[in-house]
Amino acid sequence: MESYIEQIRTLAVDLLKSGKVDVVIGYRRGSVPMATVPFMARTPEQAKQLTWDSHCTLNLANYLTNRQEKIGIIAKGCDSRNIVNHIVENKINRDQLHIIGVPCKGMVNPKELQTLLDDEIISCAETGSTLTIASSQAEIKIEREDHLRNNCSLCTHRNPVIYDDLVGEAVEEPVLDDPFKDVNAIEAMDADEKWNYFDDLLDGCIRCYACRNACPLCYCPTCFVDESDPQWVGKGQNDTDIKTFHFLRAFHCAGRCTDCGACEAACPMDIHVRAFTRKLIKDSKELFGWEAGMDISKRPPLDTFAPDDPNDFIK
Amino acid sequence: MMANLLEHMGMEKDRVQFSWISSAEATKFATVAREVAQSVEALGPNTKFVKGSD
Repeated sequence: MESYIEQIRTLAVDLLKSGKVDVVIGYRRGSVPMATVPFMARTPEQAKQLTWDSHCTLNLANYLTNRQEKIGIIAKGCDSRNIVNHIVENKINRDQLHIIGVPCKGMVNPKELQTLLDDEIISCAETGSTLTIASSQAEIKIEREDHLRNNCSLCTHRNPVIYDDLVGEAVEEPVLDDPFKDVNAIEAMDADEKWNYFDDLLDGCIRCYACRNACPLCYCPTCFVDESDPQWVGKGQNDTDIKTFHFLRAFHCAGRCTDCGACEAACPMDIHVRAFTRKLIKDSKELFGWEAGMDISKRPPLDTFAPDDPNDFIK
Repeated sequence: MMANLLEHMGMEKDRVQFSWISSAEATKFATVAREVAQSVEALGPNTKFVKGSD
């Protein structure tokens, strides 16, 4: 990790000094332990604040939409796939970008780490694959691999798919026996069980829209939930409206979602929002053999027509 | 994929149906409409995604 940070800073400083880019988008330390915040470094001085650790959970592709300047951007596997999405969807030009790819070994779930200690975690240090977390009362060492975020433990594209510079060596891509175990478990339920599962899931939703705002795919100038003429969906805490929001938001991500987990990382109520998008990821793969953001020359399946598109659902 | 997601969220499979019928296919339209009505009647009144039912 330390060597990653050094390399990232050196590359960013060089890019800014040479004038190749106007800004480098990366992470810097947050104001609380186990958090990083997206950061736009515009001067070589600021670039020295860039960091990299096991808490870079947000997706930086979110900050590229419609930007005009030349941009350097730090990208782990999922960020790079969302950058591809952005390029394919004409939200940014490839020529504007200098992508600093970072092979990723997964990010940890801070909420899970907090459960390991009784008191609030006040510091988290990282050496190699070991994290040392401490509260005011206790200190423990843990292996980061044991506490990865759910989406990171299911990730099979840890290396950036598109980059100009690569920090460190490419890492080995995991092979999963049963990548959609979670989706299959829901599919095995009957209709009412499924309905109740999602009812319980969304129980805590306060409609803050953090999931939408953190999502690099959600870049519509006016989101359907913010529209008032016509008003597509009620704006209150009605259960039907909440479910409609999550259903439609997820469907807008069909064939585009890279399972980066930014939605869940941003959720203040700890809702497993990915339960919706995971189904779409599975269907994209099974129906269209498609994984989002892997190829700059291909458009997402629901954006194109092919004579052999599956159409069994049409009577 | 939308139908699949709806089903995944607990809508009954036959409640949402899709068909492609040309304006010249009156018989097909009638048949499909009858089938849809029958299968939805069999499922009973819908309570999901209905405001005020929760």
